[in-house]
Amino acid sequence: MRLISILLLSTALFSIGIYGVLVRRNAVLILMSIELMLNAVNINLIGFGTWLRDTAFVNAQAFALFVIAVAAVEAGIGIAIIIAIYRNRASIAVDELDSMRW
Amino acid sequence: MSDQQVAQLVIFGVIAGVIIFGGVRVVTAQNVVRAALYLVLTLAATAALFVLLLAEFVAVVQVLVYVGAVVVLLLFGIMLTRAPIGSTPDLDNKPYRMWGFLAGLVFFGVIGFVLWRHFAEAPALVSSAPSAGSIEAIGRSLVTDWVVPFEAVSMLLLAALIGALAMARKG
Repeated sequence: MRLISILLLSTALFSIGIYGVLVRRNAVLILMSIELMLNAVNINLIGFGTWLRDTAFVNAQAFALFVIAVAAVEAGIGIAIIIAIYRNRASIAVDELDSMRW
Repeated sequence: MSDQQVAQLVIFGVIAGVIIFGGVRVVTAQNVVRAALYLVLTLAATAALFVLLLAEFVAVVQVLVYVGAVVVLLLFGIMLTRAPIGSTPDLDNKPYRMWGFLAGLVFFGVIGFVLWRHFAEAPALVSSAPSAGSIEAIGRSLVTDWVVPFEAVSMLLLAALIGALAMARKG
């Protein structure tokens, strides 16, 4: 198994996340696509950590743990915001939430 | 290639296929709950990949936190915002599909090209040697080298807890 396969896998997953963030209308689905992107970053980190086994593996794993923690925090806050928006507007389709557009 | 390397390659191929398939179905499913379940598939396959790369602690934390908490939170969000149950045709911004695909393709092309230039000749991952005391090393590094980010993440979690409570309560 070569390092480049893991890096290309992570890049592909990140691009899939980009497509999801741009195309989806439901805010929860956009959050799911963001989770995909953060997951891709984690795969990249652990891949590099395994490649630099002797020097950086522990640091890569610690970094990945921080990414997972911050992703959980961001998902929690995002859901709270979405619920508050739904309570006020009865819709979470992001193309209908345009009261701050020009 | 030795038998172990062939086995590693085959397992990596299967896991990568499941990850990409799950990811594509997350962003193209026409059913909100099914998209969440495909996300579970993707995250669990990523945990399997971490186990393959001998990062077992991160794999277990991924299953616990991502699959066990984040996806459950997303499903609660789906429930509390009365997302339509069943297949709905208008989950995508259809005019944006082409541009979204183009953006993803351009990103993959640019980053993939740069990575290929630098790492295509990197030797095969030698993940055969078991790391001695790796979990102890992570724990030790979290409270010595990374103690400041560790405490900062604790404060972040506290702030997020209070903030989410303040935002989502009635009135």
